[in-house]
Amino acid sequence: MSRLPHIAGEVIDRSRTVEFRFEGRHYQGYHGDTISSALAANGVRILGRSFKYHRPRGLLSYANHDVNALVQVRAGERSVPNVRADVVQVEPGWDISAVNTRGGVSSDRLAVLNHLSAFLPVGFYYKAFYGKRLAPRWERMFRNLSGLGCVDLSAGRHRTPKRYEFCDVLVIGAGPSGLAAALAAARAGASVLLADENPAALLGGSALYARGGEDRSARCTQLLIERVRAEARIRLMTGTYAAGYYADHWIALVAPEAMVKVRARSLVIAQGACEQPAVFRGNDLPGVMLATAAQRLLYRHAVLATRRVAVLTANSEGYAAALDALAHGVELAAVLDLRPAVSARSRRSAEALERRGVTVHVAVQPIEAAAESNGKLSHFEFSHGTAGARQRLELDGLWMSVGFAPANALLHQAGAHMAYQDSLGQFVPSELPERVYACGKVNGVYDLAARIADGEDAGFCAAAAVGFGGARARLPAVAAEECPTHAYPIFAHRKGKEFVDFDEDVSIRDIENACREGFDSSELLKRFSTLGMGPSQGKHSHMNALRILARVRGEAIERLGTTTSRPMFHPVPLSHLAGRGFTPERRTPLDAEHVALGAVFMPAGNWRRPEYYQLPGRSREQCIVEEVAAVRTRVGLIDVGTLGKIEVHGPDAAEFLERIYTSRFANLKIGMTRYALMLDEAGVIIDDGVVGRLDPESFYFTTTTGNSATLFREFGRLATWWRLPVGLVNLTGHYAAFNLAGPAARAVLRLHTTLDLSDAAFPYLALREARIADVPCRIMRVGFVGELGYEIHLEASRAREVWRALLDAGARFQIRPFGVEAQRMLRLEKGHLIVGQDTDGLTNALEIDAAWALKMDKPFFIGQRSLRILEGKPRRQRLIGFRLQPQAAQLPKECHLVLDEGGIGGRVTSVGVSPTLGRCIGLALVAPNIATGQRVRIRIDRGEEIHAEIVRPPFYDPGGERQRLAEPERVGEPA
Amino acid sequence: MKLMTCPINGPRAISEFACGGEVRPVPDPNTADDAAWADYVFNRSSLPGVKQEWWCHTPSGVWFVAERDTATDTIHRTYLFQGPARP
Repeated sequence: MSRLPHIAGEVIDRSRTVEFRFEGRHYQGYHGDTISSALAANGVRILGRSFKYHRPRGLLSYANHDVNALVQVRAGERSVPNVRADVVQVEPGWDISAVNTRGGVSSDRLAVLNHLSAFLPVGFYYKAFYGKRLAPRWERMFRNLSGLGCVDLSAGRHRTPKRYEFCDVLVIGAGPSGLAAALAAARAGASVLLADENPAALLGGSALYARGGEDRSARCTQLLIERVRAEARIRLMTGTYAAGYYADHWIALVAPEAMVKVRARSLVIAQGACEQPAVFRGNDLPGVMLATAAQRLLYRHAVLATRRVAVLTANSEGYAAALDALAHGVELAAVLDLRPAVSARSRRSAEALERRGVTVHVAVQPIEAAAESNGKLSHFEFSHGTAGARQRLELDGLWMSVGFAPANALLHQAGAHMAYQDSLGQFVPSELPERVYACGKVNGVYDLAARIADGEDAGFCAAAAVGFGGARARLPAVAAEECPTHAYPIFAHRKGKEFVDFDEDVSIRDIENACREGFDSSELLKRFSTLGMGPSQGKHSHMNALRILARVRGEAIERLGTTTSRPMFHPVPLSHLAGRGFTPERRTPLDAEHVALGAVFMPAGNWRRPEYYQLPGRSREQCIVEEVAAVRTRVGLIDVGTLGKIEVHGPDAAEFLERIYTSRFANLKIGMTRYALMLDEAGVIIDDGVVGRLDPESFYFTTTTGNSATLFREFGRLATWWRLPVGLVNLTGHYAAFNLAGPAARAVLRLHTTLDLSDAAFPYLALREARIADVPCRIMRVGFVGELGYEIHLEASRAREVWRALLDAGARFQIRPFGVEAQRMLRLEKGHLIVGQDTDGLTNALEIDAAWALKMDKPFFIGQRSLRILEGKPRRQRLIGFRLQPQAAQLPKECHLVLDEGGIGGRVTSVGVSPTLGRCIGLALVAPNIATGQRVRIRIDRGEEIHAEIVRPPFYDPGGERQRLAEPERVGEPA
Repeated sequence: MKLMTCPINGPRAISEFACGGEVRPVPDPNTADDAAWADYVFNRSSLPGVKQEWWCHTPSGVWFVAERDTATDTIHRTYLFQGPARP
């Protein structure tokens, strides 16, 4: 066991043990242990296998980003992939295994890849596996060899709520500087949100675990935490990391069970720095770890992962770690300082160490770390001093403290400019966006007192920027006493395996080779070598790679530029991102009726509409043919509630309609309707509908289904632009609508209304307001499908009663509800075009047979001026009808080509077999020289050609007598 | 998410808004020659810079003008449409 006696500040509860399994074996930890700390306490050193070479890997950073500490957790029925062992608390009964192994983590059969590494150079995949034919096979192979955890496809639906938060100042990071910033902003009167990725017990950042063998920094930071907890204006969100910055201070915070979207007025980034590894041969062996990882294990979980340790360092933080090690009984073999001499800031610690018998070597050059046969670190070889004396130490642990990289991803995303400071060995913000502040290590400030002062100043300024206290500029950062980060902690070995990126197994040689092949900019290098593309997103590889790249190119780091940091900062579970669908399917108020009647649905815009109603024992085609026949011979009922339904009110309502539509509406009589055609400025047809006049200053009109929302919005813009004071009301969702059509329509309607339906009282194209089945309705007598028909509009909430009443009343006429397919055929028989199907984005109003609807003598309508130009030019195309021989066996489809004298003469836009006419009919957009009566050929599937005759629509009832029917023949009524 | 200030409803998330294109002067259809009219109908300037654009706050249907720098996507100001577009 590697568990130490009680340590002040530990977060484990020794009275509660946790039993769990890892790789099939039983282990015991304490409540409060992470998976990694519980395993370390049991002496388990190998946590995973590397992504490419399947090398054994252990604890490295013990932060939230090691790819080699990702595990699969089975808990009861659930199996969760890619759980971060370093930060997730282990729970009783968990069955845990390493990801990406074949045969278990300790005897991974794929470890053979480690010996093949010479044949797997950088860019290997791109060069070897691009062949088109074999690519799918290679892809399958590599998907099996590499990868992370397994998704449990049987997992139930897991919904993560989304929450919204607002605050004056958002502080990200509750280390000493973040705590101080939050307190300063709150004291100024601002409402503060303070978020930290650690659980509530682990606030305080590095000050709580990088102690240097004493407790001054921890006590001082604990005081800050207590004051933060006591401050009413600070809300603390723990276990919550900031995943991304979006425009205007919109921050995505990922909490354990929620995605929290915060709108902050002012933002303080105090995210600290990620400790960076040194790069030398064998730096990935289990036992080689970052010093902060060892310190976190020690002070949070009272675990010593390793017994005999050397500290490889280049800063005072490394000396502090060495003192921490000594204070807890670690056998400290040596402190190995990369610097030529101990710095002034480290001197006191160095002397204390030497007094206790610890050797401090300077000017150390790592040579290699080597392992026992079980893969764990056994010794470390290095040279030291000006003479370069070689030495070899027997060790089971090597703690690295050679430098830091600021966690500045969010600052980058917010648009901050960074400058590389040689005196700090890191990038610091040189230019910050408005109301964005950085403090602490991310700002290049490392000394504890200086960090607290820096945080206070940032918090004060952040609050002042949004009106709390007098605004002033940020104080300049205090100059650092020493450079906390080594300029080049990278030591190549002739046999390689010095890992720069632990996610993707990228070594120094891979980077050099990538540069040699021309991928020598940071962005290209990243994509070619996959450096920084793993789950840690370059958190411990990006800076070292930049240093190598700078040396290869002989340029300063600042000139190279960093790669773009995009959200998310840490990987986010997809369940946090997934949410509701934002393209909802709309259903009409009659949807349940359709379901009960056996409707088969189809999408229409964002609505669903019945395509046809399935009757038992009938085919789809039979059902549609019967629905058409019912309308032509008896009566049918169709839901047209998806149409756009709009009212326009005001003294200028008529003028408004005159401008947006091509027809005339100023002279439309009250209680009458008129067809309306809408063009864009180029004269292209964009919509059609029916306009009815309710009173002198009110009109009710319809638009096509798909266009209603955008058109209504555009009407608002036009009214604003033209400064026409009209009131527009969108009743599309508020009203239901259906069309009762067929020779018996009047007889059916009469059974439920007292309205005089006689042709004289309610003529063709009239509009009436009356009660049907005791429900107030707006009724328009229109020729929708070319039969006597009534379009009934009414409040959605009453639609079902009226729909049912009409179906009941129609039963004696064998009424049939009909769907979109029957409607299309009925309207095609009448030659009615569908905007968007029989016209396209270039079809202008002169190319369809609609001169009667174009009132060119009006003062203005949209598209009129362009039509005047087009009138003087030859037509490009024309919409015509065609028909086939009654018994034609082969039928054309939409978009088949119409051939004329060997060339392409146009294309079919609508086609179908008319049950009424017993032959195939259709519409086509063709060259203007193709004349009525002419025979053309249509090229159908497989290149075959069929003959068709050009005719002038309508195909059915060309005189339109049936829709004007004054007194219909008595149909279907029982004798 | 970006914010935009509706002159009636105040600052709102950009997802609540729809752009209606640049506010452009219309030539008089009765006096403009065909070339000038065709230019108005078909040509748009894609030069980046500060432009006056139509924007709609969709839940309330309020149309207004936003002065936006299309190079930096910075919204300088928004106001209700006051009259014909400035030439």
